[in-house]
Amino acid sequence: MMIINLRGVRGSIPVPGKDTVKYGGNTTCIEITTDEGDTIIIDGGSGIRQLGNELMQQLPVNCSIFITHTHWDHIQGLPFFIPLFVPGNNIDIYGSFDPVYMKDLKTILAQQMEYCYFPVRESELNANIRYNNLKEGEAIRIGSATVTPILINHPVLNFGYKIESNGKRFFFTGDYEPPLNIYQPEDEEYSEYQRLINQQKQILTDFIQGVDVVVADCQYTREEYPSKKGWGHGTHDGCIEIARDANVGALYFTHHDPMRTDQQLDEIYRDVMARGDLPPTRFYTAMEGLKIEL
Amino acid sequence: MSINHDQLIDMVDKIPTFQESVHRILALTTSPDCSAKDLVQVIEHDPILTIKVLKLVNSAYFGLSQEVTSVNHSVVYVGINTIKNVAISVATTGALPKTNKAGLNMNHFWSHSLAVGVIAKLLAENKGVKKNEQANYFVGGLLHDIGKVLFAHFIPTDYQHVLQKAEADGIPLHQAEKELLGFDHSEIGAMVAEKWQLPSELISSIRNHHLTEEKDQSSLSLAIYAANQAAHYLALMTQALLDENDTEKTLLKAAIIDNDLPQSVKDWLGWPLAEVSKWLSNLDEEIDKALAFIDLSDGE
Ligand SMILES: [Zn+2]
Ligand SMILES: [Zn+2]
Repeated sequence: MMIINLRGVRGSIPVPGKDTVKYGGNTTCIEITTDEGDTIIIDGGSGIRQLGNELMQQLPVNCSIFITHTHWDHIQGLPFFIPLFVPGNNIDIYGSFDPVYMKDLKTILAQQMEYCYFPVRESELNANIRYNNLKEGEAIRIGSATVTPILINHPVLNFGYKIESNGKRFFFTGDYEPPLNIYQPEDEEYSEYQRLINQQKQILTDFIQGVDVVVADCQYTREEYPSKKGWGHGTHDGCIEIARDANVGALYFTHHDPMRTDQQLDEIYRDVMARGDLPPTRFYTAMEGLKIEL
Repeated sequence: MSINHDQLIDMVDKIPTFQESVHRILALTTSPDCSAKDLVQVIEHDPILTIKVLKLVNSAYFGLSQEVTSVNHSVVYVGINTIKNVAISVATTGALPKTNKAGLNMNHFWSHSLAVGVIAKLLAENKGVKKNEQANYFVGGLLHDIGKVLFAHFIPTDYQHVLQKAEADGIPLHQAEKELLGFDHSEIGAMVAEKWQLPSELISSIRNHHLTEEKDQSSLSLAIYAANQAAHYLALMTQALLDENDTEKTLLKAAIIDNDLPQSVKDWLGWPLAEVSKWLSNLDEEIDKALAFIDLSDGE
């Protein structure tokens, strides 16, 4: 059985409090336990802290952490992931080399742990940590599972991850805004650009065709979206389109805006479900602590 | 063999004008909501720039699984922010002649220029310079010595003598230039920067990077000065480690560089170079990565 445990479903910043009890306040972190008991973690948002504490109950900890991108809400929990500090633990960290800032993951994390931000330095972490720079499309084998990254649109280089094990398939978009046409319809380049966008969408659709479960960024409603264009996040409607095109079994809306109360999330869900013409996909609002079994 | 000012202007005239496009990219990208459409247009109107951007995006550094074949395609694929940053790096390094008959070692030239660029950026970071201005520090460092390339390219025989004199007398290159040519590379470098319509601060940082007299200097100028000396200092320290016979002499040279910094630079820096060099420990790594961009200037 593949178990997908949602450890953090917020975008941008953790928001604990009475209005976020039901869906949770921690930022992005997903724990996947494969049939064979391997632990794969996607992103190190604040949700990774509690996960780390639980993993510590059985030493040594062996796990692989895949980072979608290095925006704060996806790495801010890493310095508080206790298994990193304990000798004998084996932790593989995967992500993309940032060719623009010319930094690899180790550098980025070491900077996150500089003394002015944090009392322990990266070089003082005692676990066996290995950093691995991923290439798009290059699958990584973790026990019986494979994890394959695909580049998807966000203000920085950003991976979506597909995890496959014994015929079960799961996809996490990371942060994702479907690319927008930078031209106006009257511009000569408009149609060529649209063709490229469509081609890019097709690549994503093919990549996740028929997966069992998708957890996807839909920080904004369609009403909010026009004022948030280019910020790097998607909408419910965008997610529904992906689910339809790719025949997705179930889709969980995630990366909730930090402003959303539980009540608002429920309302938005009801609203979205009331739309006509939904594909046969089962839709849910991602909830912290929810375990999806495949 | 000394040259006159007209000859200087003549050389500058022969350098391709890159550079309306670079100028426009720098101008566009200082605004946080620069229009993607405008940026793509600027890049596309410069075929060389286009090729280089595509070459970099398709390089192993990005590890893309499909080949990107147009600027628009690259924007769809890796996003406008990434392309913006790539374009700046590529644009500023691409316009210089690649070869020279004077014997100026271009690998040394680029690695020194990169070192100064990286150090200047690190200094700026340390001094709390805003992120969007830090790029100027990198570019300033990268371009500070471009005058050398012009001399080596346009007056190779004369410049060979300059290089030999500097080596034989053990004096800095700019001093040998001044003695033999009457001008040093900082002046012609600044003239090219002017022609390229780079921001005026950048132009003066190139012009002033060997000036020892005190006067009102921007923090960019002070940073480029300090970074240049820091790079020389670090090079000497490495040399001292490798060359056991001359260790003491080399260390002394390094100490003199540190000691001879103009007071304004010392004040701005706030630390002796000996201290600064300690927190530049992973410089080599940084430079290796930055070299990926420079590789693009080969071929095509
Ligand atoms: Zn996010
Ligand atoms: Zn993000």
